[in-house]
Amino acid sequence: MATMNIIQAVNNALHLAMAADDNVVVLGEDVGKFGGVFRATVGLQAAFGEDRVIDTPLAESGIIGAAIGMALYGVTAVAEIQFSDFIFPAYDQIVNELAKFRYRSGGEYPCPVVIRTPVGGGIRGGHYHSQSPESLFVHHAGLVVVAPSNPYDAKGLLLSALESPDPVMVLEPKRVYRGPDHGKNWGSHPKGQVPEGHYTVPIGKAAIARELTGDGTAVTILTYGAMVHTCEKAAALAQQEGIDVELVDLRSLMPYDLEAIVASAKKTGRVVVANEAPRMCGYAAEITSLVMEHCFDWLEAPVTRVTGYDTPFPYTLEFAYLPDAGRVLTALRTVATYG
Amino acid sequence: MSSAAHTLPTVSTLQSAPTVSTELLQVMAPDGSVVDAAFIATIPEADLIRLYEAMLAQRVYDDRMIKMQRQGRLGFYLACTGEEACSYGPAYALEARDWFYPAYREPGIALWRGMPFQAWVDNMVGNCDDPAKGRQMPVHWTARAQNIVSISSPVGTQIPQCTGSAYAAKLMGHDAVSICFFGEGTSSEGDFHVGLNFAGVWKSPAIFFCRNNGYAISTPFEKTTAAAHIVLRAHGYGIRGVLVDGNDVLAVIKAVRDAADWARAGNGPTLIEAKTYRIAAHSTSDDPSSYRSREEEALWAELCPLKRLRAYLETKGLWDETKEQACVDTSSARIIAALTIAESKPHPALDTVFDDVFAERPAHLDAQLNAMTAHVASGESDYRAG
Ligand SMILES: Cc1ncc(C[n+]2csc(CCOP(=O)(O)OP(=O)(O)O)c2C)c(N)n1
Repeated sequence: MATMNIIQAVNNALHLAMAADDNVVVLGEDVGKFGGVFRATVGLQAAFGEDRVIDTPLAESGIIGAAIGMALYGVTAVAEIQFSDFIFPAYDQIVNELAKFRYRSGGEYPCPVVIRTPVGGGIRGGHYHSQSPESLFVHHAGLVVVAPSNPYDAKGLLLSALESPDPVMVLEPKRVYRGPDHGKNWGSHPKGQVPEGHYTVPIGKAAIARELTGDGTAVTILTYGAMVHTCEKAAALAQQEGIDVELVDLRSLMPYDLEAIVASAKKTGRVVVANEAPRMCGYAAEITSLVMEHCFDWLEAPVTRVTGYDTPFPYTLEFAYLPDAGRVLTALRTVATYG
Repeated sequence: MSSAAHTLPTVSTLQSAPTVSTELLQVMAPDGSVVDAAFIATIPEADLIRLYEAMLAQRVYDDRMIKMQRQGRLGFYLACTGEEACSYGPAYALEARDWFYPAYREPGIALWRGMPFQAWVDNMVGNCDDPAKGRQMPVHWTARAQNIVSISSPVGTQIPQCTGSAYAAKLMGHDAVSICFFGEGTSSEGDFHVGLNFAGVWKSPAIFFCRNNGYAISTPFEKTTAAAHIVLRAHGYGIRGVLVDGNDVLAVIKAVRDAADWARAGNGPTLIEAKTYRIAAHSTSDDPSSYRSREEEALWAELCPLKRLRAYLETKGLWDETKEQACVDTSSARIIAALTIAESKPHPALDTVFDDVFAERPAHLDAQLNAMTAHVASGESDYRAG
């Protein structure tokens, strides 16, 4: 075991995967000599050479298109998109090619590319270094999408992604890369303790990030990524007001863990769903529908969403825009006291 | 002639392709000595002094902003140190009616063309008077009154837009050219190729100004292209191409003027590649020491565009150390004063988050504004008005 932040955990997973298999390649902007703008690929080029750790020209469509070609031929390509806000030049390659290759070829051409990309706000990045585009990817059948919230899961899910027969997008929560608490303190978080060797976290399985204590009105929170930490903070505050939170970290957005979602919703009958992305057609909308469809008779209150607002992501007013613990707390109160 | 038998029918009506030159255009040598006396003679001496003062002032502003960022007083900054000639030159060369699409490393376009200095500084802070209403990161300003288009972070998107504006001006019978700016790294994006191709076909009066500063963050030029020059690509699109010494502000002016004349005469676009060097770090988030050598940085520091123009002005008796110091002091006082004012201004109001999404705010955004306002007023918000 070692204390790792998310960057170190990702780096460690890539080292293990590249050492274990000569046909694993990392490519992206500034990933080689520099080690990536977030430093997630530091040391890989020195260890595995320029042919396997490639500083590409500045073109996302090239990065993903070439990764697809490599994967079709049998090389496992791990593509880094520097910020998910810059993924859109590659959207055609991802949506029309990567997602559909297996299907359109009658199963002849699986395309197991791994795409890593940082998502989310809270780093003072304005419009173009803050967005949360997950719903734009889960919408397109054929893409596996995972959204780890901590170092342990980031490593385990990335190693699962590398073994997946399908394309996987790993959406990394950049606000908590170096710590859940304003960029600090993975050291004191249980999920900051990471085994140094190989292990996997299964794709498609949620985790319980906070268990019910049995003390107070039980409420479920369903969320993922950096919002897990915002919700943990809200849950701690809610506990003092007699609200007992079961916090479900979905981890895997496609496929999703319906069993875990339904189990928790039925247990508490009161559900808050949180995502940082804008509200309109956000991932929380889908999860809310699932809860409605599967748990209607168990619900004690309408499922309540906490989301970003339906505007571009602002710079100066970022902390008024981002869903914070206070907004989650308000939703918890509403749901806990309903009826 | 036997070769005639193999001639294919022509599908192009082009008589001759515009030339693509890889000869480095210079007006001054790096030591400030004159290469093209005839061109220098076309620029009034007072303008040469003004250009030097403006570029020197920019150096002072950039240094100050970086210090402010280190002190935690600015969220972010990105300097143009070493590349001043590539924004002050084109800004000087073109007319008020022309359109500009800067990337993020061309402050000279704002300040030379008359964007109010305080507004430019307000953008760095993102306060209530920032023309972009505090919505974008620092260095992403907008200046409609000066025909300068709002800056985007996603690189290269402005290139086909410039093609479109140039076409629109032609369609409307205006004698305006459009110019866009981008780094050599950005020339790898699809938008670069698409923008130049369209402009070639449409003969758009556009100028594509590539600042080849050697690096795209850490990625060196040789990892961007296998070709010797970006300008060679002009061939492929049948457009004019010019290679210019980007640290020679007069050569930059000449290259842009020639391109504008060419465009105004109805001949279509030009790709200009300006060879320069990013003496600055990519941005305040970057540390170049891990990907380039001190020796290389020192070499280019010697070739800096300020040194060159200053050397020329000094031989002409137009500049000296006293003037230099006075300009540094004035610029320093000016930026400090503007930053102090900018910091004293409040944040944009909460409703600015919901305005300008559409021309009119729809009902669902009214509701979301009310929710945000109530949350901030509750005291349980992470946001503290500043
Ligand atoms: C589409 C897109 N991809 C990636 C980035 C991240 N990024 C910002 S600047 C930059 C390098 C740009 O280099 P270059 O075009 O040479 O311009 P320079 O910064 O050197 O002036 C990168 C990769 C971005 N802003 N947009």
